[in-house]
Amino acid sequence: MAAWTPDQPLLRLADVHKSFGAVEVLKGVGFDVMKGEVVCIIGPSGSGKSTILRCINALVPIDRGSILVEGQEVNDPRLDKLALRRKVGMVFQQYNLFPHKTALQNVMMAPLQVLKQDKAEVEARAHRLMAKVRLQDKEQSYPGELSGGQQQRVAIARSLAMNPELMLFDEVTAALDPETVKEVLVTIRELAEEGMTCVLVTHEMGFAREVGDHIYFTDRGVIVEHGPPKEFFARASDPRTRQFLDQIL
Amino acid sequence: MAAFFDWFRWLYEATGINLTILYDAFDRQRMVAGFWTTVWLCLVCIALSVVIGVVGAWLQGSSLKWTRRAVQGFIALFRDTPPLVQIYFFYFGLGALLPRVPNAYGIPEPVLTNVQWAIISLSLFAGAFNIEIFRSGIEAVPRATVEAAEALGYSRLRAYVHVVLPLAFRICLPALNNNLVNLVKTTTLAYAIAVPEMLYVAKQIWSDATNVPEMMVFLLLAYVFLVGCVVWVMGRIERRLKVPGIGL
Repeated sequence: MAAWTPDQPLLRLADVHKSFGAVEVLKGVGFDVMKGEVVCIIGPSGSGKSTILRCINALVPIDRGSILVEGQEVNDPRLDKLALRRKVGMVFQQYNLFPHKTALQNVMMAPLQVLKQDKAEVEARAHRLMAKVRLQDKEQSYPGELSGGQQQRVAIARSLAMNPELMLFDEVTAALDPETVKEVLVTIRELAEEGMTCVLVTHEMGFAREVGDHIYFTDRGVIVEHGPPKEFFARASDPRTRQFLDQIL
Repeated sequence: MAAFFDWFRWLYEATGINLTILYDAFDRQRMVAGFWTTVWLCLVCIALSVVIGVVGAWLQGSSLKWTRRAVQGFIALFRDTPPLVQIYFFYFGLGALLPRVPNAYGIPEPVLTNVQWAIISLSLFAGAFNIEIFRSGIEAVPRATVEAAEALGYSRLRAYVHVVLPLAFRICLPALNNNLVNLVKTTTLAYAIAVPEMLYVAKQIWSDATNVPEMMVFLLLAYVFLVGCVVWVMGRIERRLKVPGIGL
């Protein structure tokens, strides 16, 4: 296989199928994400949005099809999962911080324990990331002492500490109070503006419209419709898309 | 100090309360040695049983069916049989089957001493319980937390060491405390294969001095003290590991 070059998609899904038992959750999903692009996946609950993200970083194996990250096949039994997960950061709906470590330690753990990087260097980077998510005064707090929005920002910093090429956001604001949603979205927007490639599963239509380069609407395991946000929100034609947008907007 | 010990000789002569372990140098030394044997048994068995618990609970989560079954079998064997039967099984059963080796004087001796058999037996007994205790803690760690570690590139072993175990340990500490307290008390069973721990020494002393009630009271208090120490240390560990903001 030819080596990956930046003019090729950073992420390419083709005909991805996935079943959980008898339920087929993904029925041939495919899309490309170029470097620096921000892609938003929207759709009703149970349409397979989160499963797509979980397949991309190999938390869930796919049944059929292909997922390429920088040209590397994720659906390959010989895949080096560590190498993949260095490239792909993931932020979860429920933050999933390590509750027995301080915010700063949460950010430092993986680079130290997984990548075995130099402690002083990791710590300096962790301080920078905590400042980036505007939590430099919360470095010594434990996750249990932080609000949901603060925890989610620590989780973003924790993923960034691995210097990923691609960030996956799985409904990261769905568990937050309306007031704290904003602080997390601001952080993600800044990342997007810095050129980080992002795939977001989200219910924040306003955010998707402003920050997204491309919107995909999924329903029952397939991509029903997609396009750049302006066109998508103005001209979505499929009845399922319209119905969903009418309910939410 | 001599006056202190002599007072107990006077106590015996005045009241008949016979605490030879205080006024008689020979009995005193025997009992001190017995006490340290018990302490040694406790410390070694606690350490080994915790290691067995941690490793066993890890193997129990293995993806290999036969590894999991082997751990289940081990637990069934050592949790579901009386510890005294286990000690006899090891010392008289297994011990008899092992070859004997000549000692420094050329006399054939068993490969393992009774103290070593007691340590093996008691550690496996308490270890079987510890596996189940750690498993309960591991199962209480949210799957999502482990997934977050995996998404950060942690292998299963690394996630176990750095994320699962530290959380599981905090969750299962109260249950672990109970089992370790039980273990300390169960070390008295080593008496059955003549390990010179406190109970065994006490029996020797009361055979000589016929002071059974005094020795029984002493033993009871000695174990209250020993277990009290274990509980105190575990309490300190529990406080030390307390994480602000969560109920652990």
